[in-house]
Order: sequence, then C-alpha cells, then structure tokens
Amino acid sequence: MLDVAVAYNRYKFIGHEFLTWLWFTIESEPDLLRKMDETLTSLTIGNRIVLENAINDASEIITIKGDDAGLEEGQLSLRKGAVVIEINLSCKSENQEWTFTLKGESLSFSSLKVPETGPVETGDDIEGMVLEKIYLYEKAIQLIRRLFDLFLQLRSSVQWKDSIVPKMKKWIQAPPDTLLTDEH
Amino acid sequence: MGILSSTVSITPYRVEGKLDQPIMETVARGLKKNAIEDIDKDSADRAVGWACLNEPFSVDFDQHPFLIGTHFVFSMRIDKKTIPAKVVAKYHALEMKKRLKNTGREFLSKTEKKEIKDQVLHMLSMRIPPTPNIYDLVWNYESEELWFLSNLKSANEELETLFTRSFNLKLIRLFPYTMAVLISPLDPVEKDAVNQFTPTRFTE
Repeated sequence: MLDVAVAYNRYKFIGHEFLTWLWFTIESEPDLLRKMDETLTSLTIGNRIVLENAINDASEIITIKGDDAGLEEGQLSLRKGAVVIEINLSCKSENQEWTFTLKGESLSFSSLKVPETGPVETGDDIEGMVLEKIYLYEKAIQLIRRLFDLFLQLRSSVQWKDSIVPKMKKWIQAPPDTLLTDEH
Repeated sequence: MGILSSTVSITPYRVEGKLDQPIMETVARGLKKNAIEDIDKDSADRAVGWACLNEPFSVDFDQHPFLIGTHFVFSMRIDKKTIPAKVVAKYHALEMKKRLKNTGREFLSKTEKKEIKDQVLHMLSMRIPPTPNIYDLVWNYESEELWFLSNLKSANEELETLFTRSFNLKLIRLFPYTMAVLISPLDPVEKDAVNQFTPTRFTE
C-alpha cells in the first residue's frame, strides 16, 4: 500500500467522484439505494453541497446552502466540469432520521445527528445510552460504506466507462426539470 | 460529553496489530501509563493523555469502566495553557524595567531579554490554568476499527501518536483510498487496479 499521506492527496478524486455519483444516483436511480438497505425509506440531499471545479489549473469552489436551496447552480457547475467535494445528506429509515455531512477527500462524518435517544437520568443509564448511540452511528457509517463499496465495484468494472459515465453525462447535461420528469 | 452530544464528528480508523493477552489488562495498562497528567501547578504549557469517558477529569480507570459492551470507550484529553501575547509583553516589559533599575544600566543584552522572557513565561504558566479539550473514542477490537469523535487535524495527529505509544498498535485513517484497499470487498486484482485509477471527466 502507498504511503498514507501520499495516497490521501493523490486519490482525493475517488471520494469526489463517489459524492458526484451519489448525487446522480439519488436523483436518477433511487431504487438502487434501497437495494443497499431495505429499511431505507429515503436518502436525500440535505442543506449543503459544495462543488469544486479544478479544470485548467484553477480552483473554483461553489457552495450551495440553505434548507430550501435549489440545486440548479450545482448542476450548472457540474456542466462546467465541477465535482462534488462535500455533501449534507438526510437519511430516513423506519420513521427515524439521520443527517450528516460527508467530505469527499476523507469520507469522515461531521454534524452527524442521529435519532433522539432517551435522557440520561442515572449513572447506570450511561452505558445503555452509549451502546444505543454506537448502534445509531454504526447505521449511518455502514450505509455509506455499502454505497461506497457499490461505487467501487462499478468504478472498477467496464460498466463505469461503458454505461455509468455516459448516463451521468446525460444527467449532467439535461435540464433538471426534463431529467426529473423522465426518470420519475 | 462527546459521544452523547446531539451532533458529533467521526473520523474512522483501522487498527493494525494485535494486543498482548489478556487484552483487558493490556488496555488498562496502556491507559494508566499514558493517562493525562495534571499541569495546573506545573510550568508545562500542554499535556496530552487518556481520561475516563464519563469523568474526563478523572484518570481512575479502575473506578470508571472503559469497556462498554464489546467496545473500548474512553477519551483523549488535551490540556493547553494559552497565555495572551499582550500579557506576556506586559510582564516582560515590567521585568526588564526592574532589571535595569536594579543593575543601574541603560540597556539589556539580547540574551538577557530572552532570559527574562523565559522567566516571565515560566511564571505565567504556573499561574494560568490549562484549557481542557476532550475527544471521545470508540474502539471495536474485534472488527479492528476505531472511531475518533473529531475531525480536527491536530487532534487526530495527537491521537495517532498517543495510541501507538500506549498500545503499540498502528492507526490507519480510513479515507477513500485506504477504504478501497483495506476494507472493501474488492478482490486483490481490483484492489491493485485502484492504484491505476485516474480522474473521470463527466463533461465532454
């Protein structure tokens, strides 16, 4: 295996491609997500998405944030060659909600909010509460792991170049309204 | 407390290596040997070490369990004394003035000024209490994985050093490349192929 620090910088693009593919999959192939986790009710883009256009040795960062923000600007950036470098997601499963932000280069979690757990009233409650929190964190981590594994399998196969990238290009180039009408 | 907070940040790690048996005793020994030391009445300006999960200002690992279910759960604490530059400048100026008066001289050498500054820093470090920063971690020994509840670069670097020193195990941060080659279900040929990946262009 390569030196970790070298690999971190050299292969940052894998995480960026994963988040870009994830956005495409959320919009265009939501059934694929449910196959990953049968208890998953929905996975949607949350209140923040950050894109970077690093073509021609210059870097342009586009941040879209806000609970009701439209993603048209993001799609426009994709058309100009940008990739997603950070995304906030909302995941619902069995009437419970997880929200978190993923950074493409590290795939570490930030602002991870899991379903509410009961209050800690006595010292004895703490161990149970810690276990419950671990279980809830694990759910979010495992969902992203399974999605990343699926992405890697596709990325390593001939399907990537032959079918997925052309579909993503079509999605990126299509006007958002047209694409949503076609797919749903 | 981090792990029970309403929102958290998590940096996952792969833990490489095996602990000496019996594992519980080995972990307890590593925690106690590298528990954070109190620098309140010391001139040291920072300290890093382990603390109990539920009692981050205690290092009594016999009283506070660090095994919850099948996970080791404890905290890393970084205590740091931050002395404002203007406070240092004030006492430095006062001490230099005092030295000039006592010696009857008009100037101090560069070495004397530095010596006085070091004395001032030492004196202030004894008086200013450290600010504690507490970061929880969850270590699943069986699955060889650890979650550190912070994405701060400096805290992660402290963790990597302290963990290796305490348990003689290596922590490898899990990010897209290491996830692909260390924990993904790709076969060995596919894992090798990851090294050949080049960026995809999604535009014509």
